[in-house]
Amino acid sequence: MRLEFTEEEQAFREEVRAFLQEKLPARIRDKVLSGYELSREDHVLWQRTLHERGWGGVSWPKEFGGPGWNSVQQYIFEEETAQAGAPRLIPFGTKMVAPVIMAFGNAAQQQRFLPPISSGAEWWCQGYSEPGAGSDLASLKTRAVLQGDHYIVNGQKTWNTLGQYADWIFCLVRTDTAAKQQSGISFLLIDMKSPGITVRPITLLDGGHEVNEIWFENVKVPVENRIGDENKGWTYAKFLLGHERANIAGIGGAKRELSRLKRIAASERKNGRPLIEDPLFAAHIAQVEIDLWALEITNLRVLSAERESKAPGPEASILKIRGTEIAQRISELLMRAVGPYALPFRREAMAAGWQWDPSREPPGPRYAATLAAAYMNQRKLSIFGGTNEIQKNIISKMIVGL
Amino acid sequence: MNFEFSDEQQQLHDTVDRYLTDQYTFEKFRGINASAAGWDKAVWAGLGELGVLALNVPAAQGGLGFGPLETLSVMGVCGKSLLLEPFLSSAVIATAVLRACADEKAAADLLAQMAAGDAIAVLAHYEPDSRFESQWVTSRARKSGDTYTLEGHKAVVMHAGAADTLLVSARISGEPGDAKGISLFRIPRDAKGLKLDSYPTLDGQRAADVYLKGVEAPAANRLGAEGGALPMIEAALDIGLAALCAEAVGTMQALVDATVTYVQSRQQFGVPIGRFQALQHRIADMLIHLEQARSMSYLAALRCMDTNVLERRRALSAAKAVVGQSARFVGQQAVQLHGGMGMTDELNVSHWFKRLTAAELMFGDSDTHLQRYAALTRE
Repeated sequence: MRLEFTEEEQAFREEVRAFLQEKLPARIRDKVLSGYELSREDHVLWQRTLHERGWGGVSWPKEFGGPGWNSVQQYIFEEETAQAGAPRLIPFGTKMVAPVIMAFGNAAQQQRFLPPISSGAEWWCQGYSEPGAGSDLASLKTRAVLQGDHYIVNGQKTWNTLGQYADWIFCLVRTDTAAKQQSGISFLLIDMKSPGITVRPITLLDGGHEVNEIWFENVKVPVENRIGDENKGWTYAKFLLGHERANIAGIGGAKRELSRLKRIAASERKNGRPLIEDPLFAAHIAQVEIDLWALEITNLRVLSAERESKAPGPEASILKIRGTEIAQRISELLMRAVGPYALPFRREAMAAGWQWDPSREPPGPRYAATLAAAYMNQRKLSIFGGTNEIQKNIISKMIVGL
Repeated sequence: MNFEFSDEQQQLHDTVDRYLTDQYTFEKFRGINASAAGWDKAVWAGLGELGVLALNVPAAQGGLGFGPLETLSVMGVCGKSLLLEPFLSSAVIATAVLRACADEKAAADLLAQMAAGDAIAVLAHYEPDSRFESQWVTSRARKSGDTYTLEGHKAVVMHAGAADTLLVSARISGEPGDAKGISLFRIPRDAKGLKLDSYPTLDGQRAADVYLKGVEAPAANRLGAEGGALPMIEAALDIGLAALCAEAVGTMQALVDATVTYVQSRQQFGVPIGRFQALQHRIADMLIHLEQARSMSYLAALRCMDTNVLERRRALSAAKAVVGQSARFVGQQAVQLHGGMGMTDELNVSHWFKRLTAAELMFGDSDTHLQRYAALTRE
């Protein structure tokens, strides 16, 4: 047993660091480190930069044009990029639909769809949730009827993240209404430019436009855009949900935000002294830092066990629950660190590409302007990707079995 | 980076696990707990035959020369079996103290006896007012010719009654709170002027407050440098803290297993109570706490002998805070989920709960270590 990474892993970390030093644009890095939103162009530029280095599909095997990294390398990559202030990778293409296409798609689909995901030329979004199908995803109602060589799709998807930027959407649709819920679902790839698709923004509690409702009205989808077999979509969906594990806990991002919390707490004053010296606030910071340390080691244990090919247990759910709780706690402490200056709310302070206007400087410190919105936004973490309560159901199913 | 145990560590764990599962049943534990001495010499001899008493003793003194990871492998089993014998106090902590000065005859001789199972030693360091600050020593040692005379009071010395030898710290100079000026002495338990006020602790282990009134020790029985024993004592306490974390994880695992079995079998409203989501989620929370604690027990074992003292203490305080908080949660919820049965003395659950309660308090509770971590991190 040892905590230290191997020399090769350490060398790999240095390679990633050097790459970030050279290629991560300062403009984008500053936005990430300050908690501002990124534009579509920012994300695409970063994806293209990674692609040019051969790192476009971070979790992909070499045969599909990926770097062929093992899970430890992927973990190191995510940790370094997050801490350096690189954009979070939009997961829907590279980490969600791509592995499904690799595992269950045919050769033509692989050739058609994978390269533009890696290069950033095509943006993907996810069509899973529906107004009546959240945690109970298999109850989805969006209907696809085969007519000749096309499916005709009708229905509504919701909580679609960044679909306003998307070129393609992968969807779970019902192709057999008579079958048992899970058995009548198929997995379709749909061009967002198809006639009959309407995207309507949902404004969230922080004022941001991050998610959408999407309507499908008699949308024609060529049958060759179905992944695998008809009515087997649930199998592919479950594969997708279980696929991403290397970065599920978000250790790198949490470390970055924790550093920011400490910087801000050192700069804020309470009774003329730095807030970070206040015993109660210092204890709050220490607690979350210790919790993060424990989670980091747990994450490394999971990676180590994966390398030894141990059968997976409830680890992914543990990582998801603790990772989101810690991230939420940090965002809460960040907001509380600035005291009353968490209250003035200027939505434009968050916005992509927004420049500080000297005539409209915020009333408090600049770093305070985004913290309330970020706190509110981060409440999503324990809801999406399987609510934390669903994760606890999964853990209990695995160990209690009832 | 890997978290695999070596074959040797695994075998050690399996050997001790087989022995204690077979020999140290819950009934056996209850019998020993009810006895006057509160520990069993035959069990101790059995552990000696397995070689675990020599685990941390250097090879030069007839030991196995192992370290914290092997200790961790054994401690988890001790936690599950509710071992009452002074393994942690003697074979881990006192052994670590003596190992640090094994080039001295007084230490080397004692180590050799301990490795052979012929002697039990415990560290008597903390005092009524020291709480968990290890430099707070008010007991005094005065040197006259070749003899020291000790006066003082040592608080809650674990397994003092079982020990043949106490390793007693006392101040040779300076004031309480000074890191310098503390010496350590090897004192026979039956030394003239040494009095034990013995009692069981809340979990059934044995401890004593130790009173020193004109206790004499020959200069040859001073261990380590004059006035410079504190780093050696703190190093040993840290090794003990790591071992205690591992023990608590073994206890927590036993409680999670027992609770899972209980909710699967206990029927109410015509179904096993494990069908109820409120209880399912509680068990998930218990498992999450257990795994975070396990991670930190590994960190503690890997860092407890770090030569960088700051890093060592940061890691150990982080570990003890998490393990302590987890121990409290898992213990309390295991009792809760067992309902009335969890409250009874006849079920092992309450005894595991009490062992975890004690573990949370020993070597500094979670709040103490959280504060210590905060102070170390800000600097």
